[in-house]
Amino acid sequence: MTASDIRHAGLNLGDTDELTHEQAGRALFGFWVFLMSDAVLFALLFATYGVMVSATAGGPTPALEYKILPAFLETLTLLTSSFTFGMTSVTMKRGASRRQLLAWMGLTLVLGAAFLGMELHDFADMFGDAAYPTRSGYLSSFFALVPLHGLHVFFGIIWIAVMMMQVMVFGLDAPVKINILRLGLFWHFLDIVWIAIFSVVYLQGLIR
Amino acid sequence: MNEGIWPAVLGRFTWHALPFVRAWEDPNASEIIGAGAASMVVIGTVFLVVLITGLRKWRYVWSEWLTSLDHKKIGIMYIVLAFVMLTRALIEGVLMRMQQAAAINHPGFLSPDHFGQLFSTHGTIMIFFMAMPFLAGVLNYVMPLQIGSRDVAFPLLNSVSLWLTGGAAGLVMASLVVGKFSTGGWSGYPPYTELAFSPDVGPDYWIWAVTLGSIGSTLTGINFAVTIYKMRCPGMQLMRMPLFVWTTLCTSILMIFAMPPLTVATAMLALDRYLGFHFFTNDLGGNMMNYANLFWLFGHPEVYILILPAFGVYSEVISTFSSKELYGYTSLVLATAAIAILSFTVWVHHFFTMGQSANLNAAFGIATMTIGVPTGVKIYDWIWTMFRGQVRFTVPMLYSLAFMMTFVLGGFTGILLAFPPLDYLVHNTLFLVAHFHNMLIPGLLYGMLAGYHYWFPKAFGFRLNEKWGRIAFSCWVFGFYLAFMPLYVLGAAGMARRTQEIFEPAFRPWLYVAGLGALVLFCALASLFVQLWVSIRERNVNGVFAGDPWDGRGLEWSTSAPPPDYNYAVIPRVHNRDPFFDGKRTDDPYAAPASYEDIELPKNSRTGPVLGVAGGIAAFGLVWHMWWLAIIGVLTVVATVIARSFAREVHRIIPADEVERTEQRWLRAVAEATPIPREIEMTSANQGLADPRE
Repeated sequence: MTASDIRHAGLNLGDTDELTHEQAGRALFGFWVFLMSDAVLFALLFATYGVMVSATAGGPTPALEYKILPAFLETLTLLTSSFTFGMTSVTMKRGASRRQLLAWMGLTLVLGAAFLGMELHDFADMFGDAAYPTRSGYLSSFFALVPLHGLHVFFGIIWIAVMMMQVMVFGLDAPVKINILRLGLFWHFLDIVWIAIFSVVYLQGLIR
Repeated sequence: MNEGIWPAVLGRFTWHALPFVRAWEDPNASEIIGAGAASMVVIGTVFLVVLITGLRKWRYVWSEWLTSLDHKKIGIMYIVLAFVMLTRALIEGVLMRMQQAAAINHPGFLSPDHFGQLFSTHGTIMIFFMAMPFLAGVLNYVMPLQIGSRDVAFPLLNSVSLWLTGGAAGLVMASLVVGKFSTGGWSGYPPYTELAFSPDVGPDYWIWAVTLGSIGSTLTGINFAVTIYKMRCPGMQLMRMPLFVWTTLCTSILMIFAMPPLTVATAMLALDRYLGFHFFTNDLGGNMMNYANLFWLFGHPEVYILILPAFGVYSEVISTFSSKELYGYTSLVLATAAIAILSFTVWVHHFFTMGQSANLNAAFGIATMTIGVPTGVKIYDWIWTMFRGQVRFTVPMLYSLAFMMTFVLGGFTGILLAFPPLDYLVHNTLFLVAHFHNMLIPGLLYGMLAGYHYWFPKAFGFRLNEKWGRIAFSCWVFGFYLAFMPLYVLGAAGMARRTQEIFEPAFRPWLYVAGLGALVLFCALASLFVQLWVSIRERNVNGVFAGDPWDGRGLEWSTSAPPPDYNYAVIPRVHNRDPFFDGKRTDDPYAAPASYEDIELPKNSRTGPVLGVAGGIAAFGLVWHMWWLAIIGVLTVVATVIARSFAREVHRIIPADEVERTEQRWLRAVAEATPIPREIEMTSANQGLADPRE
């Protein structure tokens, strides 16, 4: 079988590293399936949010709590981090220097952390308004959906750090390459989920 | 223990959490039974530890079993777990039937709280820790062999799934000894399971056990689906896969999509209970109907996760023991896929009484009835497979026949329940209890037992005792009818489910019959254990090392029994649907290959056991509010996953000459074995070599 016979969805290593590419097919397919399952989790939380968004129980409402500017900046940060991760993948595929690869990964990590910091700041603001998850069904559903995405980003950051360490320890052996491909899918997936959160939660919430 | 550092260390634990202390202080029948059950767990554990230590087998158990990544061994461990949990949950069922028979205008011998724990653990265990491990075990053992593969796609993940399930089952067992289990039923409906009404540890045990188990099952589903898509041997096109593989695939897909709703439901309930969220509370905008929707969005596909593998087993068994090609293969595949898809469209029928519009109920009622169509197709296909076949009434075949009769009956009552107006009348009565036992006992248990008898010789190299198999079979069937048919009558007469005390004397005769049935079912389980014991003792007489005791059809019969670690010395190549059956008839399937090659297999790993135990410990800490323990458990899990990602020497090589020795030993045995005709395959003349001349 040639590399093009076993192409998988996403970035393929076929023409630069055929051996790893062969192993990657199964691993990457498995990760896609995992992401589908993870997407179901988010879908259900979105559905729950949609059902509960009006259950404010006389407490804070979406229009009062959401601030579009920070949410927009968070979106830009996360989208930029997706771009830098894309550069990581391309750098890895094209066999550029290890330093360059680590630089792109490090940049992604910093952007991810910045996103998380801004998000936590938003939550702190909401807490300042006494908008706690314990206040109403609406706030419960908000604080299940949005922080779950944040938690994913947090695990993504740890994963990037671990992969940076592995690049330093092992260089670019097959398991490292495959895991970076997986991590890429994960990171871009979080981007897509965030776009849904930005549109469904924040933008919709601003309609008064 | 309420002063100083103790509350931080022990959380909510007090001496009163121990059933022994409760039974000592208040020695009534209910508490003594509770203490007795707890001591069974303790004595069983101590006995096992002493036994393994006495036999000096720890190293063997650790390196050959617990850390193994071999799909065959993982499968066997799943089934052992299933039998242990089946024993507990079946005894609980018997206790409940005895209580109801005794509690007519009388409090009986079990307190309401104890009775509540019994029906909650009975259901939780039977679904999550008997049925799921049993089917995961059979799928694990059989599916990779059937597709001509050496293992599953992600062997380590497989071990992790097993151990997460094991950790969760351990948590349920721990609830017998420390504290109490939920009284909220297997579905754990809030607001009853919220803090306001159940402030004790019970629902927390339920939440974490089910959550761990559901994560394990999701990972299993991912693993099996990828295995089937990516690891089939050359020539095994989708439409050449054995039907069991098809049902495995559909079950795996259901697991991938249906387990997350359960994880979400239990996680939200946990947020409510631990952090004061308001998802399902009665106040501040909580809405318990969201829980009902989420839970049954999992719960209904779950029914088909349980039943589809059994359908696969029946397809294999009926075809083999009729010596005929499976009738209507394509229609069976389509029916399986149709059932899998339809299973996501019917969840509302679990709560027609929610108060939604009649039109919504009608839509879900019609969708529910539609599932009867593909299921009916399957029944006819199996009947036509037997038609003019050379049918042998072996134990697996008997289970298949009992299944067809009984399952159709249960299906009819399902159609009745699918009418919303009729459902209103029998909602939450014993009619429903009778119905779902009528589906799951034939549709899961009989299937798994048929598979157990059918593939046992493959897994262990000897056949199970026929006589005891028939005794067990008779008890399972008669016991089932005695225990559950009366419940239809009682339910139609209006007896509510989960009733600890009964105030209608007219129910008495039916409850006595049902109680008798429960005892017969207990005898059925006991007979299975006797059968295992007897079979092990006479294993030398009934050996089938050659590997093909039933004139098998699929690839799994074309290797030795038990198969070598690597399954196939040379990856097979298939050209049709019954490769081994046809291969035996057209040329020699036991020809040695020209040469052997080195085979790469995954090395053992401690990751699975560590994750399972740490997950169980974290859950235990959460249940008891021992936060330090929970943190240790979670950090251990994270650290183990990261550490494992640095492992590089994860494969071992079996050298070609070792493969050659193993294979030649088997081929010699095949050459020495006497081929036997099908009529005498149930006798000890069967050495595992079928005579294909007829």
